[in-house]
Amino acid sequence: MSEKTTEVRLAFLSALEAVETAEDLERIRVEYIGKKGYVTELLKEMKSLSNEEKKTFGQAVNVLKNEVNDAIAEKREALKQKEIELENSRMPEFDISMPATLSRGSYHPITLVQRQCEEIFRSMGFTVEDYSEIVSDYECFESLNIPKNHPARDMQDTYYLDNGQLLKTQTSAAQNTIYKKYRDQLVNEGKPIKAIFPGRCFRNEATDACHENTFFQMEGVMVDKNISISNLIFFMKTMLSEVFQKDIKVRLRPGFFPFVEPGFELDISCLICGGEGCPSCKHSGWLELCPCGMIHPEVLKAGGIDPEEYTGFAFGLGLTRLAMMKYGVKDIRDLNSGSLKCLDQFTDDK
Amino acid sequence: MLISMNWISDFVDLSGIDKMKLISQFSLSTAEVENEIFHKGNDIEGIVVAEIRSVEDHPESRKLHLLKVDIGESELVDVVCGAPNVRVGMKTAFAKLGARIGEITIAPRKLAGYTSFGMCCSEKELGLSDNNDGIMDITDDVVPGTDLKSVYDIDDIVFEVDNKSLTNRPDLWGHYGIAREIAALAGRDLKPLDTADLSVYERLDKIDLKIEDPLCQRYSCLQFGNISVHKSPVNMRIRLYYCGMRALNFLADLTNYLMLEMGQPMHAFDSRKVEKIRIKRFDKPFTFRTLDGVDRPIDENTLMICNGDTPVAIAGIMGGLDSEIVEDTSSLTLESATFDAASIRKSTVRLSHRTDASMRYEKSLDPEMTVVAVARFVKLLTDIDGQAQVTSSLTDEYAYHYPQVSLNFNKAFVDRYTGIEIENDTIVKTLRSLGFGVSLKGDDFSVSVPSWRATKDVTIKADIIEEITRIYGYDNFDVHTAAAPLYPVRSAQEKTDEDRIKDTLVKRYSMHELHSYIWAYYDEYRALGIEIENNVELINATNPNIKTLRRSIVPTQLCQVKYNTSYDSDFAVFEVGRVVDGLRADGLCDEHKKLAITLYSKNKETEQLYFELRDILAVLADDIKHEALTFERAEATHSYQHPKNLNKIFCAGHLLGEMGIVNTSVAKKIDKKAAMVYAEIDIEEFAKIKNAGILYAEPSKFPEIEIDLSFVSDTYAPIAQAIKNADCALIKNISVVDTYKDDNGRSITIRLIFSHPERTLTKEEVLEVVNRIASELEEKNIKLKNGVQM
Repeated sequence: MSEKTTEVRLAFLSALEAVETAEDLERIRVEYIGKKGYVTELLKEMKSLSNEEKKTFGQAVNVLKNEVNDAIAEKREALKQKEIELENSRMPEFDISMPATLSRGSYHPITLVQRQCEEIFRSMGFTVEDYSEIVSDYECFESLNIPKNHPARDMQDTYYLDNGQLLKTQTSAAQNTIYKKYRDQLVNEGKPIKAIFPGRCFRNEATDACHENTFFQMEGVMVDKNISISNLIFFMKTMLSEVFQKDIKVRLRPGFFPFVEPGFELDISCLICGGEGCPSCKHSGWLELCPCGMIHPEVLKAGGIDPEEYTGFAFGLGLTRLAMMKYGVKDIRDLNSGSLKCLDQFTDDK
Repeated sequence: MLISMNWISDFVDLSGIDKMKLISQFSLSTAEVENEIFHKGNDIEGIVVAEIRSVEDHPESRKLHLLKVDIGESELVDVVCGAPNVRVGMKTAFAKLGARIGEITIAPRKLAGYTSFGMCCSEKELGLSDNNDGIMDITDDVVPGTDLKSVYDIDDIVFEVDNKSLTNRPDLWGHYGIAREIAALAGRDLKPLDTADLSVYERLDKIDLKIEDPLCQRYSCLQFGNISVHKSPVNMRIRLYYCGMRALNFLADLTNYLMLEMGQPMHAFDSRKVEKIRIKRFDKPFTFRTLDGVDRPIDENTLMICNGDTPVAIAGIMGGLDSEIVEDTSSLTLESATFDAASIRKSTVRLSHRTDASMRYEKSLDPEMTVVAVARFVKLLTDIDGQAQVTSSLTDEYAYHYPQVSLNFNKAFVDRYTGIEIENDTIVKTLRSLGFGVSLKGDDFSVSVPSWRATKDVTIKADIIEEITRIYGYDNFDVHTAAAPLYPVRSAQEKTDEDRIKDTLVKRYSMHELHSYIWAYYDEYRALGIEIENNVELINATNPNIKTLRRSIVPTQLCQVKYNTSYDSDFAVFEVGRVVDGLRADGLCDEHKKLAITLYSKNKETEQLYFELRDILAVLADDIKHEALTFERAEATHSYQHPKNLNKIFCAGHLLGEMGIVNTSVAKKIDKKAAMVYAEIDIEEFAKIKNAGILYAEPSKFPEIEIDLSFVSDTYAPIAQAIKNADCALIKNISVVDTYKDDNGRSITIRLIFSHPERTLTKEEVLEVVNRIASELEEKNIKLKNGVQM
């Protein structure tokens, strides 16, 4: 009977050899080890055999059955493998050298520099305050020691509104409110007032590449018992070095602003030449950057703070100017133009 | 203001001092000096005095002359000269061979056939004045051949002080005041002014003078006459020119010179026109002709100098044409006065006429200066013109004295304010050098403010700190941080929300942030057919194109969208900005901070864009507040709104704003083919919404049941409401899986996912909920189609 098993085995092996698809394989499986398959049929022939023969033949058929099972499983695996390889080979080579498509939005450059400044001051314990754009004469002038007819009012061409209010000409207009807001914490809890207030300001003037009627400033104040000129210089230098990410030299010159005394114009060493002198600093080595000073006693008083007990410094940073310096924007009008060709270039910049 | 170092040197000995360094020190300690410093005389060299010995006409030229000039050498020099004023015996400035004028080096030069061995020079060519009418006419007694620079003060360093930085320093509007600062910085003494003794004229008659208005603080005057000199000395003319003034005639030059030297404006009248000097205002407006020939409107606030009742000058601003010095004027009246600064400033603005005098008066000049200036004037007048005579005694009415300010403080105050240690001796020395009176007892200072600083500039202790520290030098400060207790710093919710909104819009939705203006630009609105709505107005805008403030960012944003239609076929922009919605009950502007978004697309249908925007807003609310939005149909009330699909946006009970489609007519003006939708929400209102927070629920370990239901309904709202009303905690998720329209109407298929946290759900309990939902909708005539699909 062993001829028979051998015959079936050989037939199976040659059939398996010819198999190329999973379907063929399944057909062969049924053909050989299905209920009516050749191998199954072999077992039926055992009836006519002696017990001795039955045993031998049965073992041989079982061996064959296992052999067929294993071979089919192996073949199935091989077919799967072949299919994956085929699929892999069908994947085309991509042209990675094609330019990237950047679908991305943009921040207004003022937002970028404002966030940078806010982060620096937050890290130094300053609160960030928001303030309205329309203010009263008291907020913008009177409370800042700029009474009516003061020549300083001439320096700021103010937009007045028909209800008697005005568009704030300077972020200092928020000072009085901020002093009043934090005064009790200062006096009762000994918490120093440390605040910055970025905001939009307005000047009633003709616009050109260097002048805008709408621009941003950022004011900062610090009030405590022993705030000194020395502290002011320290903070300005530290803050500006952080803003420009390099060690900045600063110098103070006397400057006249009614809400500070002494008042200063702060210059920084030229960012382009580092102080050697170049066309961008008109060969002086210095750039005039921001007014600052010790808060005028009258201004503190108007905010409910006793100037005999407390001192403080204030500064006003031109955010618009800073953004222009930082990003090399030459025409200030581009900033409010809404031109996406200009503005879509300002992606996140931390 | 231009400052001559030669002039300064009249009052401070600057020998051995680096003048350039001193100027930069001045800029750091006193007032801003412009970058460009002029080295006068640097560009000319080898210019000598020459005497013209002979003049011959050029045979072929009508203009040229052939001269022989004496330049102190053994032989006369042949010169061809085109100046009209050449004459024999005239002394002039001469550029010898080898001399240098600017870039030019003088060499023999052929002119119309004759060789010129040098050049006679005009004052303009030498940079001494703007006179180019002829060659310089030297009338002083000088030997030919003398170097011109040894005769006149040609070499000088001139620097310009930024006028703006002198706003609060009336004392610095003349060289003497600047010299005081320079002396303090250099550590040298300030020389007293050389003045005439006016007491010798006491026996002469006084001028009839009366101040009838408190706006005049002091009026000093003096009569003089018999003037024989008409042209000012060369050095005086050079100084005036270097300091930016044209030399005119001796008297005009002298008053200008005094103004530049002392900061005190002066005016000389024809004495016949000022016999009864009265200073007053008039009840009624009238027209007054000033000496420049212009008729100027005078109102009841303008202070006038009068002869009796006849006005002769606008006080502090300009003299009148009628009282000007004329050819037959023999007696002159000199005015040296001070007026109320604010009044002068207002008159200047009203007349829109600013003069060198008014510019100084506006700063609150020192009234103590008027008489000193007269004494200085007389000194210079009589020194230069030996025949000039004073013909009245000094007449001086001093109505309003400067405030006597004295300030007391101690060293601890200085230490606290400066944060550094400055020695008492240094403080005393510094203040004294600036003219302050100082007495020191222990650590207590008592300081009296000099008149020239007391009119408004130095009034409080902090002003004294500035005086001490600016001379000490801010560069010399030891800088250190402040010691302050630490507290957590919290950001305002509005600020945090605004930042997160911007981040989401930029990073997730690729939007571009823009800024626009708080007012409407009329032409831009008109171009789009957007109505300018009544609102608060600017009353003094110089630009006629702006006046009305915006009530919404949307129209200004649409103007910017219009500007960008060529940028891309699809884009989205937003702005966080402020608007004014009229006035509040208290009369103040109702200002709000808003976020406006506009989506623009040439590729998408309006509906698709509309829902994109709706989803963006929903994401903002979900992301930042963990809340959902609801909408309520609204009526269009603005010209830029489409009448349909305008919706109010609500979140957690707060009305945030509106979203809608751009009005068809406006949209067509922006772009005929693009779809445009917009939304505007109130950032302050948004910030008020409490963050609902994250409510974590562990996912059920038991199988979920998914049920699809199709309803025939025009809108989803009733279905959502019915599901909500079912109030079933087992519903874990609701979604719309399909919508379509056919003859039977609109069909909406929703999918509900049910699960129970602790057990497997039965079909029955789920169906119970579904039936409740279906029957509620049935009542509203919304039919369930095809039964329940499980």
